[in-house]
Amino acid sequence: MEPMITSKVLLATLIPMVTAALVMATGRTPNLRESISFVGAVLTFIAVMILAPGVLSGGAYALNLITLYPGISVSFYLDPLGLVFAGTASFLWILASIYCIGYMRGLNEHAQTRFYVCYAVSVGAAMGAAFSANLFTLYLFYEIVSIFTYPLVMHHQDKEGYEGARKYIIYLMFTSKAMLLPAMAIIYVLTGTLDFNMSGISGGIFPAEADRMMVIIAYLLCLFGFAKAGIMPLHNWLPDAMVAPTPVSALLHAVVVVKVGVFSICRVMLSLFGINLLDVTGMGMFTAYVVSFTIITASIIALTQTNLKARLAYSTVSQLSYIVLGVAMLTPHAVTGGLLHIANHAFAKITLFFCAGCIFVASGKKDISEMGGLGWRMPVTMAAFALASLSMIGVPPVSGFVSKWYLALGAMDIGSIFLLAVLLISSLLNAGYFVPITFKAFFGTPLATDTGSGSLERQPLVLLMVVPLLITGIISVLIGIWPDLFLNTIKLMVGS
Amino acid sequence: MEQYLIFNQLNYPIISVVLLLPLIGAVLGLLFKSDKAQLWWGLGVTVATALASLPLYTRFDRTTALYQFVEVRHWLPALGLDYAVGVDGISVLLVLLTTLVMPLCVLCSWSYIKERMREFIFVLLVIETAMIGVFVSLNTLLFFLFWEAMLIPMYLMIAIWGGPRKDYASIKYFLYTFAGSIFFLVAIIALYVQTGSFFIPELMTHSFSFSFQIWIFLGCALAFAVKVPMFPLHTWLPAAHVEAPTAGSVILASIMLKLGGYGFLRFCLPMAPEATWYFMPWLIALSLVSIIVGGYLALGQSDIKKLIAYSSVGHMGFVTLGIFLLNDQGLKGAMLQMINHGVTTGALFILIGIIYERTHSREMSVNRALGAMMPVYVLFLGIFSLSSFGFPGTNSFVSEFLVLLAAFSKYPLVGALAIVGAILAAAYMLRLLQSMVWADSDGHGHHDDGDDHGHGAGHGHLLKDLNAREIGTLSFLTIFVFWIGFYPAPLLEVMDVSVTQLIDQIGNGLPPGGDDNLHQALTGWGNKMTGLFTPLRP
Repeated sequence: MEPMITSKVLLATLIPMVTAALVMATGRTPNLRESISFVGAVLTFIAVMILAPGVLSGGAYALNLITLYPGISVSFYLDPLGLVFAGTASFLWILASIYCIGYMRGLNEHAQTRFYVCYAVSVGAAMGAAFSANLFTLYLFYEIVSIFTYPLVMHHQDKEGYEGARKYIIYLMFTSKAMLLPAMAIIYVLTGTLDFNMSGISGGIFPAEADRMMVIIAYLLCLFGFAKAGIMPLHNWLPDAMVAPTPVSALLHAVVVVKVGVFSICRVMLSLFGINLLDVTGMGMFTAYVVSFTIITASIIALTQTNLKARLAYSTVSQLSYIVLGVAMLTPHAVTGGLLHIANHAFAKITLFFCAGCIFVASGKKDISEMGGLGWRMPVTMAAFALASLSMIGVPPVSGFVSKWYLALGAMDIGSIFLLAVLLISSLLNAGYFVPITFKAFFGTPLATDTGSGSLERQPLVLLMVVPLLITGIISVLIGIWPDLFLNTIKLMVGS
Repeated sequence: MEQYLIFNQLNYPIISVVLLLPLIGAVLGLLFKSDKAQLWWGLGVTVATALASLPLYTRFDRTTALYQFVEVRHWLPALGLDYAVGVDGISVLLVLLTTLVMPLCVLCSWSYIKERMREFIFVLLVIETAMIGVFVSLNTLLFFLFWEAMLIPMYLMIAIWGGPRKDYASIKYFLYTFAGSIFFLVAIIALYVQTGSFFIPELMTHSFSFSFQIWIFLGCALAFAVKVPMFPLHTWLPAAHVEAPTAGSVILASIMLKLGGYGFLRFCLPMAPEATWYFMPWLIALSLVSIIVGGYLALGQSDIKKLIAYSSVGHMGFVTLGIFLLNDQGLKGAMLQMINHGVTTGALFILIGIIYERTHSREMSVNRALGAMMPVYVLFLGIFSLSSFGFPGTNSFVSEFLVLLAAFSKYPLVGALAIVGAILAAAYMLRLLQSMVWADSDGHGHHDDGDDHGHGAGHGHLLKDLNAREIGTLSFLTIFVFWIGFYPAPLLEVMDVSVTQLIDQIGNGLPPGGDDNLHQALTGWGNKMTGLFTPLRP
């Protein structure tokens, strides 16, 4: 079906950029500044949603903005995969923008205008990546995300902040220059274009006579070049990026940034190489083994972390690889499961990070060992935390179960006991590092220094944080019980 | 003669106007006494020249590879020295680059130059005429005349208005360039002896014997390789850049280095095509070395100006790499890279001049943590730094990517090595940005003063952000960063036909050896070298 040409596909990218400009202009009046940020988030979500009905009824939207060189252009295209990512990210931005107010004011953070500006631009660039119609556009927005999240990571401007941010930018810039740039050049040389093949997930854009060796090199460069996806061994930037304020870790390092990486890999696998080519060259299974290693190793490292955010970071590394694993298995069930996990993981992980930030603001605690008995003083927060961790483990009826179910179906489709075992073992490991946190919070003994009693959730600023995390926690359950919304969207793409 | 030319499509001699305006302006400018009047005069003349040159772009015929806006007058028939000027798709953009950058050179000298203003404006305007002259000359002697005419004023600019080591730098600049141009002069004379003509379009289509081509190529290439500069002839550049005043650095980086690239395209490729194919592997190798060594040395600099100077070596390496890949994308990429380097590196030198005026230092350790004090400055620094390392959406990305495409389509290994340069560029520019924009991790960091400033480092709050003149200068260049970054088509269109014609001229490979002794002796080496690359063909 021919896509409908409309400039509406630009809105989701433009609105956050305009929001950033307005936030900068109104930096002197915090209330106005934060209202603009919130309104911008709502409008961005609406801009995505007005296109949703068309995509859900099997259509697509496109716009070729400008052509740089034959086959290289800045073009936008919205298909089901883009819709899932853009819809999830823009919806969560609304909640995150409320949460930010509580967090940033609660801690009296400095340079808040810079924070909100970079935050909005990063989300806008992620929208651009979701709407990309070709590898150049994707690369463009991918790089903008890298640059504008850099000031957010080093927000505190202390030693840790600088070091984390330096590592962050070195990993991301090195991989994109060293791998994505040659990958684009090779792909263009082989095909004469960088445009995605949006008509299906099997064909790809490579002509049959293309040199197999070069195709494989280009694929590997893409797989590891999108280092935002945190595939080992290029995952190390992510735990260090946790020095950022928690709203950054929550929206950007659980949803936007890392999902841009994973989304890019999925997009490249499905729309650039196509599952036929990945199958023939054996790259599908190769990828599956690489990410299986990441899933298990990152989970084991997560077990050893005592800082809550660090544990969540390694959990993110591991969960992101589920998404890539699903696509790498190349069967309809598995691809569905993988893509579904983009949304499912987003809702659950942002809840967990929101909780971590809320705990820090309300009680000043960062380390899991200090959280004994905290559940009784922050019942809503810890309840949401418990729900979201069930999703991570993959317990029904929370959403994580649905994606893992499809992944397991996919593993059985290809008859791989190994991958099935990876899924099971990793779920056990997930349980191993999430259950103790909830358990400790409700049944652990408080530290001797914890003298206070009573709820910590009643202060107005904390409440601004509790409400968003409660909403995301509940949605995590709802999309587990009624997964059809995302499932049907993805099935339009996978076609099963 | 007519077969090479389209005579002037305008009813006035536009090239002479553009060429002579600055020269006349320079002479008349000597009448003004006050410094301010000098500056305004200089600005007026350069802007007038820029405006006068615009029809070269708007009225340029994009469908022909012939020379346009041509004027031919016999000047010294005894010597064969004609006044023959004209532009084609290869030179027209460089002429425009020159005329558009020169007003910025006046603007960035506004408060930088404190002494001998009259002489300064005079020298600046003479340089402009000489540079335009090189690009528009259709006569080898005239070309050489302008080429040499550039040397003295540039020498004076470094020697009079330069920094502490100006004597060393200016002499080094002079000796390197002069040594190169002697060989070039020999090549010109040899060409004349062989053909009896100084007329460039005629020489371009003449076919010479292989051994003659080899010598011509070497003579010309030496002069141009010094100018570009190509490793290992690059050492004059950092010295000259560091000591030159801002305007001098901008002229050097934005325009003079391009003369080298232009020379390769105008002389070496069309006049000695077989020799070009023969030397191609060597020049590709040298370009790669320039890219990597330039980037590597830039990484180690603490003097900001030196860092940008070494980055120029790397960026110009992309130009020569693109030229000697000898295909459509490579040549277009190289030409675009020349324009882009002119815009971006020019702007970076202006930015360094601005900060030098305020802190009187070019050290990274002094000029740091400027983010809170000079947000507008930092914004421009960010834009041009990103542009410098080829961030997508900026001008340099397009040109570097075209060169990479050319490399990967011919020799993937060459592409892979050029990528190393791209990585190094990102590394040193991000290091520069990190240190200039944010405070280092030595204490003055996180304060919760509840507002959005408060990260002033060692300078207190004394540093003033940009004034309107500086913002205007940089904004003008910013337009080109994004214009070329997103919509390079108009520029590519201008060069398209000329590049195609050039590729036709140089053919597609080293022809099998003839009865030429030298040829046979050399092809042995040549084949060995090319043999190294052959298995890498996709």
